[in-house]
Amino acid sequence: MTSHINEPNESKYAKSARAFRGNVTRDLANDELRSNFRGAMDYLVDKRKNSFPSADELETLREQCKLIKQRCLLKLPHLLEQLETNLEANGIKVHWAETITEANEIIAQLITDKNGKTVVKGKSMVSEETALNDHLEAQNIECLESDMGEYIVQLAGQHPSHIIMPAIHQNKKQVADLFADNIDGFEHTTDVDALIGEGRRVLREKFCHADVGITGVNFAVAETGTLCLVENEGNGRMCTTVPNLHIAITGIEKVVEFLDDVPPLLSLLTRSATGQIISTYFNMISSPRKNGEKDGPEEVHLVLLDNGRSQAFADEELRQTLQCIRCGACMNHCPVYTRIGGHAYGTVYPGPIGKIVSPHMLGLEATNNLPTASSMCGACGEVCPVKIPIPKLLQRLRVESVKATTGKPEVMKGEGSGRKTIEAIIWKGWSLLHKHSILYNTSMWFATRLRKLMPNNIGVWTSVRTAPKLAPQTLHEKIKARQKLNTKKGDS
Amino acid sequence: MTTLNTQHLRNYPTKPEKVYFYGTCLADSLFPDSGMDAIEFLEKQGVEVLYPQGQTCCGQPAYNSGFEDEAKAVALAQVAQFPLDIPIVIISGSCGGMMRHHYPDLLKGEPGIENFCERIFEFTEFLVNVLKIKLDDKGQPEKIALHTSCAARREMGVHITGQALIKQLDNVELVTHKYESECCGFGGTFSIKHGDISGEMVKDKSKNLLDADVVRYISADWGCMLNINGALEYQKKSLRGEHIASYLLKRTQDIEASIKENKQSALFKEAK
Repeated sequence: MTSHINEPNESKYAKSARAFRGNVTRDLANDELRSNFRGAMDYLVDKRKNSFPSADELETLREQCKLIKQRCLLKLPHLLEQLETNLEANGIKVHWAETITEANEIIAQLITDKNGKTVVKGKSMVSEETALNDHLEAQNIECLESDMGEYIVQLAGQHPSHIIMPAIHQNKKQVADLFADNIDGFEHTTDVDALIGEGRRVLREKFCHADVGITGVNFAVAETGTLCLVENEGNGRMCTTVPNLHIAITGIEKVVEFLDDVPPLLSLLTRSATGQIISTYFNMISSPRKNGEKDGPEEVHLVLLDNGRSQAFADEELRQTLQCIRCGACMNHCPVYTRIGGHAYGTVYPGPIGKIVSPHMLGLEATNNLPTASSMCGACGEVCPVKIPIPKLLQRLRVESVKATTGKPEVMKGEGSGRKTIEAIIWKGWSLLHKHSILYNTSMWFATRLRKLMPNNIGVWTSVRTAPKLAPQTLHEKIKARQKLNTKKGDS
Repeated sequence: MTTLNTQHLRNYPTKPEKVYFYGTCLADSLFPDSGMDAIEFLEKQGVEVLYPQGQTCCGQPAYNSGFEDEAKAVALAQVAQFPLDIPIVIISGSCGGMMRHHYPDLLKGEPGIENFCERIFEFTEFLVNVLKIKLDDKGQPEKIALHTSCAARREMGVHITGQALIKQLDNVELVTHKYESECCGFGGTFSIKHGDISGEMVKDKSKNLLDADVVRYISADWGCMLNINGALEYQKKSLRGEHIASYLLKRTQDIEASIKENKQSALFKEAK
């Protein structure tokens, strides 16, 4: 294993991803957390299922949306240029950021140029990826998360445990306690509507006075230069219309070619994510406030972030990672996520999609434990709305993780960092044994005869199971014996 | 909800005179009787069964661990054992998935590899879609559950054929257990590398099977059953999984034998 050198600009999530094993031990032991996740995931699985009454329609739509995203990725460099041209023509300024540090600096500069002091944020996972709040708060710019779930995790000093439902790890009692500790004059209640009402009251105040609104983007349409934002709470609408400055941030993979590409993607996104036929709000932002318009920001900016995405783009197989529309269905259906929850991953994006996207953002060295933390059950791939072959990509990342480094150019940052000499020797030996049937049969003959000597305690396996017991005779032997018997019968 | 997935669509041949049998390394070393039962059952359907003695393992353990070269060497050695152009029947959805859906990538460019992968049939898939089998249930009435492996379900799409076979058994009531389609937590080296997560998954799976209140559960995958049966035995429960090949053989055999078996399981239940 290569030793790790701390990079000055490394994401804080690299450190927490390295702690994956410890995080898992911690969170598996937390019964309340586990019950929160199981309950919420069962609910979401059910909602999704009911929103797709026809399996054929679902499959047709998945195939269509996969093809849309693949087409757009195939033309990605061209579409990004087209997007920039059309956005600029509409009066939206475009900024390119290769790293999270660059993105944060661009945004901080835009805010300080306008003398901004307060920011309201719509839900944006990309801004979580760059740890934007930390960066802005260090410069005395106040950031307030305005999505209810994001607001809760911000109050709790946490980060989202789910990409669609950021506070899904908390139950209503925990939220009530959190509000009681943090909101003056809050009357303790576990009534969900009352809790949301209280949160809204606090947020509404802030919307009216904020200097800047920051949001993410679900689809950036190259053809028209339009930013599409999907949301349910109206907070996205507020962030993009009330403050004078709107800054949107997104990953380069969110660009789509045509406006016509949006409806099928949107339909699959909301249904896969929350089981909604359509979200409560769908915003299409095509320019700053025009003359005579009553609302809208004076300036709109888009920050396009790479942060490892072009590394995935460069490889035909790994490129499929970028098809993701961030619906979260893979985590809702994942038996591992359901048990360990979102924080255990240590990454911004948890669950199956987090396992395949995080290695590009944080490097394989920090994320080696993620691709192996899967039973390869395939539930994620089965529900993915854009048909990302997630198990196949996990398999590929396992290969990249343990491969012997050669002089060839790297496919991925940190490739080969998960290779352990002892494991490599074991598989070499295993391969030799199973390649030559004489070796295999001889060793099996001995193993079955010496089966009484097999240990009953084999580490973690026997902490919840009994040890496997070898048969007295192998199938190979039994069949040979049977054939002999049959030949004898035939002779006599 | 059914899943219309093009990877599951295939053309099935007519009933062949001969088939190859792939026993899998787990059945070979741990559960050879289920392999023998599967062969006997196939022969009873009038199919001659060839068992190449050179077969070992499909290569999945190394493949899933990321050691592709090591897996490839083993996979190639398997392909060489099955030269005749006849179906290869395999008593595991997981190994079947490996050979049918992962070999094309792993062994890309090797001569005859497409033909080899096309000849792979999972046991229940072969019975239903190639032999078009009609089962005559001679056993006593009982309630059972069915655990379909994730590979059988999602790679091979053969959870339907497993169910179809059980439904042909007149005296057997198939009980759907809670979270039926959820993984048992085996996942090969996953159960060692992330043993704590795997352990929680198998605890849940065994609980859901116990809650179904059945006399046994049936599966076509020894990987899952090694995991689930191991957990059930650890918990000192009497419920066990049985390979579908052994179960079908038993249910369609003469009535005397199955009465004897049923008495045994009744005694077992009392002991519980």
